[in-house]
Amino acid sequence: MRARVFVTLKPSVFDPQGRTIADALHSLGYQNVADVRQGKYFELDLATTERAEAERLAADVADKVLANPVIESYRIEVDGS
Amino acid sequence: MRFGVVVFPGSNCDEDALHAARDVFGQDAGYLWHKDADLKGADVLILPGGFAHGDYLRTGAMARFSPIMAPVRAFAERGGPVLGICNGFQILLEAGLLPGAMLRNKGLQYRCEHVHLRVEQTDTPFTCAGRAGQVLRIPIGHGEGNYFAPPDMLERIEANRQVILRYTDAAGRVDEASNPNGSVHAIAALCNELRNVVGMMPHPERACEALLGGVDGRVVFESIIETFRGAENPALHAVGRPF
Repeated sequence: MRARVFVTLKPSVFDPQGRTIADALHSLGYQNVADVRQGKYFELDLATTERAEAERLAADVADKVLANPVIESYRIEVDGS
Repeated sequence: MRFGVVVFPGSNCDEDALHAARDVFGQDAGYLWHKDADLKGADVLILPGGFAHGDYLRTGAMARFSPIMAPVRAFAERGGPVLGICNGFQILLEAGLLPGAMLRNKGLQYRCEHVHLRVEQTDTPFTCAGRAGQVLRIPIGHGEGNYFAPPDMLERIEANRQVILRYTDAAGRVDEASNPNGSVHAIAALCNELRNVVGMMPHPERACEALLGGVDGRVVFESIIETFRGAENPALHAVGRPF
């Protein structure tokens, strides 16, 4: 199964890269882009066909490695194949 | 006393740290490899600067899984003095030995320059030779030194006097222009609650010889040497000298 993990800075944490991208977009004329938050995206190919197991494994990896819980949160999507 | 400098794949300030301890201060010192299972009799540990394991995911994120980190953690929990410099600070944060986390510098640029730092606390084994309010001039070199802690954690850190150094101007005043990376409360260095683990973004090992442009980093090494020299030293009592 494939799991997609989206890691982003928590809303309360200032995102210097996102702000800079937003400023760049404004300078290109995209005034209607009010703000930008950037993050990381991971695709995990998991050697399991069990959806629950895939979700558990992806959450374990995200908790321990992919995200730092002090500054980041994550969201997981699992799809079968 | 013996200094142990922990070398990770990607460390690049390990030789500077060893040089300062051994050649500048004449102390017994040696390297520890990240795969070592024990600390080989080290009395004080330095986690040096660099890019441990490449820092590809987050700074310090993989280093905390290195085998040496288990004895490092046990040593720290016993009260053994541990100093994390730059990437070493980032590793201590990721390992949970110090509170908080690092973000990209506010201006997104890698900052490599001398900064001014105000000594906030002297009851740690790495600042006891300093004076509270003293202003040091020490170089930094980092892209991710924007220290962050959520408000409740920050409140606890300040209440416990865990902030050891703050970025200031030459007169010791905190202002935005003197903060090179956007760190919350201008925090440049902090310690754990037991006060034996210290992390700092500035590089004291690069400021121990006049030839290198300044000697203000000496106070960090003099502090730890002094800590081991006298059993009557207040810093020893501050950490309970369990090491």
